Amino acid sequence: MTSGVLNLVLKRLAIAVVTLLIVLFAVFFATSMLPGDTASILLGQAATPEAVAGLREAMHLNDPAILRFLRWLLGLLHGDLGTSYANEMPVAALIGGRFVNTMELAGITTLLSVPLALTLGITAAMLRGSLYDRTVTILAIGVISVPEFMVATLAVLLFAVYLKWLPALSSVNEAHTLTDLVRIYAMPVITLTFVISAQMIRMTRAAVIETLSTPYVEMALLKGASRGRMVLKHALPNALGPIVNAVALSLSYLVGGVIIVETIFNYPGIAKLMVDAVATRDLPLIQSCAMIFCLGYLLLITIADIIAIMSNPRLR
Amino acid sequence: MTMARVAASQRSLLGHSYNLVGVVASLVILAWTLIAIFAPTIIPHSIGDIVDDDYFGPMRQGLWLGSDYLGRDMLSRVLMGARYTVGISLASVCIACFSGVVLGMIAAVTGGWLDTCLSRFLDAMNSIPSKLFGLVVVAAVGSSIPALILTLAVIYIPGAYRFARALAVNINTMDFMTVARVRGESTAYLIGSEILPNIMRPVLADFGLRFVFIVLLLSGLSFLGLGLQPPLADWGALVRENIGGLPFAAPAVIVPSLAIASLTISVNLLIDNLPQKIRDRDA
Repeated sequence: MTSGVLNLVLKRLAIAVVTLLIVLFAVFFATSMLPGDTASILLGQAATPEAVAGLREAMHLNDPAILRFLRWLLGLLHGDLGTSYANEMPVAALIGGRFVNTMELAGITTLLSVPLALTLGITAAMLRGSLYDRTVTILAIGVISVPEFMVATLAVLLFAVYLKWLPALSSVNEAHTLTDLVRIYAMPVITLTFVISAQMIRMTRAAVIETLSTPYVEMALLKGASRGRMVLKHALPNALGPIVNAVALSLSYLVGGVIIVETIFNYPGIAKLMVDAVATRDLPLIQSCAMIFCLGYLLLITIADIIAIMSNPRLR
Repeated sequence: MTMARVAASQRSLLGHSYNLVGVVASLVILAWTLIAIFAPTIIPHSIGDIVDDDYFGPMRQGLWLGSDYLGRDMLSRVLMGARYTVGISLASVCIACFSGVVLGMIAAVTGGWLDTCLSRFLDAMNSIPSKLFGLVVVAAVGSSIPALILTLAVIYIPGAYRFARALAVNINTMDFMTVARVRGESTAYLIGSEILPNIMRPVLADFGLRFVFIVLLLSGLSFLGLGLQPPLADWGALVRENIGGLPFAAPAVIVPSLAIASLTISVNLLIDNLPQKIRDRDA
C-alpha cells in the first residue's frame, strides 16, 4: 500500500467524522424544534409558571442552543445518553438490551443474505441473458420496487396464513427451546433477507458483468479457457473489490428495513423503541436511537468507500 | 428475438422506439394519474360510509374490493388513496428535483467555495438514512400534508443535487460553455439555456426514480402511523389500518399493497425500458 491510498483512506475517514458531526447537529436541532416546551410537557398541565421556570433553569433549557448541543455532545462522550421523558429511566438502560436484539437480527440476516445474494448475483451474471438471469433480475427489481412492509405482509400471508409454519408475531422473551428461537426469528429474518438480498444481487451482478466485458476476460476466452475457469480465475479476483463494496452498501439498507420489520413483527429492538419514542415525542430517546442508526449507517458506507479505494489497482 | 423486433417497431410520438413492457408500464401510470385526478367523481360510495354489515368482507358484486375493518367500501378508499399517494409524492418530487437540479447546476457553473460548501453539506445530509430522517422530522414538525410534502422533498434534494451536479460538471467543460462565458452571459442564462437542455433527459429519468423512492418512503411512514393521519388515508395508511385482516388474507390489506406495487414497479420498468439514447447519458 502506497501513501496515495493511505492519504485517500485518511481523507475518507476525516469526511466520515465531519459528516457524523453534521448529522448529530441536524438530529439535535430537528428534535429541539419539537413543538411545546419540554419543561411544561414534563410537569403536566397543572404546573405553576414558577415550577416550569425552575425546571427550565435546572435543565439548562434557557441556554443558547449551541451550548446545549455542546453539553449534549460532551455527555455522549462520557456515555451519558440522558434520561427518557416518558418513563424517567436512563436512555442507556432502555437501549442496552434492545440494541443486542437488533444486532442479533441484523447479524443473522447478514449471515443468510450475503452467501445467498452472492451466489445468485454471480451465477446470474455468468448466465447473462438466460431465462434464469431474467427471472432473478425481475424478482430483484420487484422486491426493490415495493415497500418493505409489503414484503413482510406477503411473507406473513405465505408462511403464517397459508402454510401455517410460523407465528406472525415475535416475542423474544418466550423463547425456551431452539425451535422456539427459530420460529421467532424466522419471519423478521426472511423479510429482511429478501430486502437486503435484492439490492445485493443487482449490484453484484452489475459488478461481475462489468468485469466479464473487459479485454483480459475476452483474452481468456480466446485462449480457450473454460467458462468456469474464465469466471473464477480471471474475472472474480478483479471483481472482488466492487463486490465487497456492494455488500457493505447493501447492508446499509438494513437500517431502513429494520425500522419497518421490527414494527410489523413487534420485535423488541431499538427501531421499535425509536418509532414508539417518536409517537410519544420522547426527545432524548429519539436523539440516541437516531444517533446509533446514523453511526451504523455511516460506518457501513465508509467501509464500502474505503474498500472501493483499496481495490482500485490504479491507486495501489 | 422476433418478439423484441416487433415490440421495437412500435414508435411513439417522440420518435423513439418503445418496447411492449414500457408501453404497458406507461399505461398503468397514466391510469393511476387519471384516477388520482378524477377520484371524487368516480368513487361508488363516500369513503366514510359504512356500507357492509361485516368487516373485512370478501370481494363481491357491489363491493368489488370487499370492505375494510369498519365495513367501508375498499374500492372507494383505494381510489381516493391514489389521490394522496400520487399527489403528495408528485408534489415533493417536483420540489426536490427542481431545487436539487438548480442548486446542482449553479454549483457546477460557479465552482469554488460555493460548490465545495454545498457539496459537503448535502453529502452529509445524504448520509442520514431516509427513513430515519423522515421519523425525526415528522416527530419535529408533525404530519400535516404540507409538512409531509416538504419533509419528503428535503430528504431527496441531496440526491437530486448530486446527480445534476455530476452531469452539469461534464457539460461545463464543453467549448460552447467557454464561448458563452466569453460572451459574458449571466449564470441564469448559462444554467437555463446552455446546461439544462443538455442534461434534461437523464434528469427526467432521475425524476422518475426519485418519485418511486418518495412513494415508498411516504407509504412506509404512513404504515408506521407517522404519515398521513386519519380520516385521510393514503395507500400506506390503508395497509396499516387494515393490518388486522392479514390473518384472514382480507382483500383490504392486499389491495392497497398491490396498488403501491403496481405504481412503483411500472415507473421502474418504464425507466428501465426507456430508449438507450435517453438512459445512457446518466453514466
